[in-house]
Amino acid sequence: MTAPRTLFEKVWDGHIVVDSDPTLLYADLHLVHEVTSPQSFAGLNASGRKVRRPDLTVATVDHGIPTTGRALGIRDPLSKKQIDALVQNCLDHQITMFGLDDPRQGIVHVVGPEQGLTQPGLLIVCGDSHTSTHGAFGALAFGIGTTEVEHVLATQTIWQAKPQTMAVEVEGALPWGVAAKDLILGIIAQIGVSGGTRHVIEYRGQAIHDLTMEQRMTICNMSIEGGARAGMIAPDEVTIRYIEGRPFAPKGKRWDEAVETWESLVTDSDAVFDKVAGIDAARLVPHVSWGVNPAQTVPVTGQVPSPDSYDDPLQRDAAVRALEYMALRPGTPMFDIAVDHVFLGSCTNGRIEDLRAAAKVIEGRKVDSRVSAVVVPGSMQVKAQAEAEGLHDVFESAGFSWRDAGCSSCLAMNPDVIPSGERCASTSNRNYEGRQGRGARTHLVSPAMAAAAAVAGHFVDVREWEAS
Amino acid sequence: MKAVSTISGTMLPLDRADVDTDQIIPQQFLKRIERDGYGEFLFYNWAHTDDGTPSSDFIINDPARRGAKVLVAGPNFGCGSSREHAPWAIQQWGFEAVITPSAADIFRNNSSFSGLLVVELAQDAVNRLIELASSPSAEVRIDLESQTVTADGLEERFEFDPTAKERLLQGLDGVGVTLTHADTIAAHEATRAAHLPVTIEASHT
Repeated sequence: MTAPRTLFEKVWDGHIVVDSDPTLLYADLHLVHEVTSPQSFAGLNASGRKVRRPDLTVATVDHGIPTTGRALGIRDPLSKKQIDALVQNCLDHQITMFGLDDPRQGIVHVVGPEQGLTQPGLLIVCGDSHTSTHGAFGALAFGIGTTEVEHVLATQTIWQAKPQTMAVEVEGALPWGVAAKDLILGIIAQIGVSGGTRHVIEYRGQAIHDLTMEQRMTICNMSIEGGARAGMIAPDEVTIRYIEGRPFAPKGKRWDEAVETWESLVTDSDAVFDKVAGIDAARLVPHVSWGVNPAQTVPVTGQVPSPDSYDDPLQRDAAVRALEYMALRPGTPMFDIAVDHVFLGSCTNGRIEDLRAAAKVIEGRKVDSRVSAVVVPGSMQVKAQAEAEGLHDVFESAGFSWRDAGCSSCLAMNPDVIPSGERCASTSNRNYEGRQGRGARTHLVSPAMAAAAAVAGHFVDVREWEAS
Repeated sequence: MKAVSTISGTMLPLDRADVDTDQIIPQQFLKRIERDGYGEFLFYNWAHTDDGTPSSDFIINDPARRGAKVLVAGPNFGCGSSREHAPWAIQQWGFEAVITPSAADIFRNNSSFSGLLVVELAQDAVNRLIELASSPSAEVRIDLESQTVTADGLEERFEFDPTAKERLLQGLDGVGVTLTHADTIAAHEATRAAHLPVTIEASHT
C-alpha cells in the first residue's frame, strides 16, 4: 500500500526521471515568450544543440508588444529585435508560435488554458513567474529563468529541489460582490509575500471548488506573490467541462483515458501538509493595495495604515518607504484616493469573465473626465469573444480605450507606461515601485473595483454599486 | 559558467526586506537579447533621479563602495519576476555573492546557474554583517567548499544545495551534466501516456 499523498506529490512522482535530491523532472509543456528566451536559444545554438521536443513547446509574444497600431509594426527597435529573434528561433527549431498576426496570440498564461494545452497532472514550465496560473487545472506549473529555459529546450527536463507542501483551506462562500482577486489578496495579506517560499500551495475547501476555472486561475496566478513555488487546485467537473472541446484537448478514446487519470488527481484524505493556513471567505470584502508589495492591502472600507501598526522593524521601514513612494498619509480613507488611470487586463484578470464583471459595472455609466481607462484583453480570442458579446461597445461608450492583447501596463515593457507620479487602479498582480513605469503608483484591485474607480474617479465599494 | 569557490572582499549593505527583481533590474532594461550589458542598470530607479542623474544618497553610488564584492540584503531577496537578468545585473555590477536571511525560490535557482553565490544566514548573523558593512573597508570571506562565512568576530555555516554546489565549484554546463542521463530521459519518454498534449497541430488528429 502506498502512503497517502497530496495532489502535488502525485504530480511530482509522475514526472521523476532521476530520483535524487534535487530531482530531475520531465516537463510536459514548455511555454515560451520573447523576453526570457533569446539568450536561451543563443546558448543552444552556440553549443550546437537542438530543441529536444518542439512538439511539447509553444511560443507567443506578449510582454513587449504594442496594444495599438500593430499594422504599423513594432516601433521600439529593441522590442522589435527581441520579437524578431523569437520568430526566427521558432522557425529554426520548428516550434509552434502564436505570433502577432495569429488570432490565438495573447498572454502566455491566458493562451495555454484557452487552447486546451493546459491540462491536469501536467508539469508545465515557462520563463515567467506567473506560470503558477496553470496550477488552477491541477498541473504543477512554475516559473524558471533563462538558463533553465535553455536546459528545458535541450533536455525537456528540469532539476528541482522538492518543495514542501502547504494547504490554504478556504472555508465559507465568497460574499456577493467579492471577487477571486479579493480572495487571493486576502490570502497574501495573511501569509505575507514570503509565506509560501519553498512551498507549493494547494488551495482547498468548498469556496475554491465553487469557483469557475477563470477565477481559479486568478487565485493560482498570484501564488508567486505569496512567495510560493506553485499553486494548485485539484481538478473536478468544472475543470473537465472547461477543457472539453478545446483545440488541443484530447479527443475520443484519449479523452476518456485522460479524464480517468485526471479524476485520480486529488489529495488523499489522510495525506499531511507541511504547513496549513486557513481563511474564511465569507468575511472577505473588496481589497485595495496601498503600498508597494501585494501584501500591503486593506479592505476598501478601511484606511491607509500607519507604519507603527507593524511590529517587525524591517516591515515598518518598508511601510514608511511605501507611503513615501505612494504619496499617501496614514489614516486616509481608501475612498478618498483619486485615480488618474485604470488598467483592466493582465494574466491575473484579463479573461472574458473579468471583462464581463467590469462591463456590468460600467454599463450606462461614463469614465470620470480626469481618468484615462484602458481595457487590454488577455488574448485575441478573449477580445473576439468580448466583441461577439458587445462588451467593446459598453467599454468604448463609457470612455475606455479598447486594445489588442498583451501584458501591457502590467509591467510596462511596451508603450503603455503610466507616467511618473500618477496613480493607477490596476487589475494586475504587482504594485512594486516602478512596475507600471518609473514613479507610477499602482493600486491592485479586482476588475469590478477597477471599473467602479474609473467611473467615480476614486476608489468606491463596488458592492454598494452593484446593489443599486 | 566560471567556477566559484571562495570569495573575499568588501560588503555593501542593503538593509531592506522583500527587494523584488523589478527593483534589481527594471523592465525597461529587459529588451536586450544578450546576456551582458545589465550592470550599469542595477537598482536603476533607486540609484537615479527622475532626470537620470545618479542619486548621491543611494549607497551603490558611493565611490567608497565601488569595489564591493558581497551584497548583504534583507529577507525575501529577489522576490517577484523570474527574470534572470537580476543575477546578471548584480554580477555585472561587480558582486560575486549575495548574503540574505532568505532568497526567493526562482532567484536562488537562477543565481546558481549564472554563478552568483547566494548564501542564506540567520537574521542575527545578517544583522551583524550589516553592522560591520557600515565600514566600506570591512571584509567578509565566503568558502563554498566548507559552506562557511567569516568576518570580524563572526563565523557561520550555511546550508547549500549539493548539486548547485558541485555545479558552482566546477563551473559545469548544466545541460551537459543532464545529458549524461539521456537514456533515462528517453526511457521516461517511452512511458508517457498517449493522451498527453502536443503543440503541433498536424499530429493532433
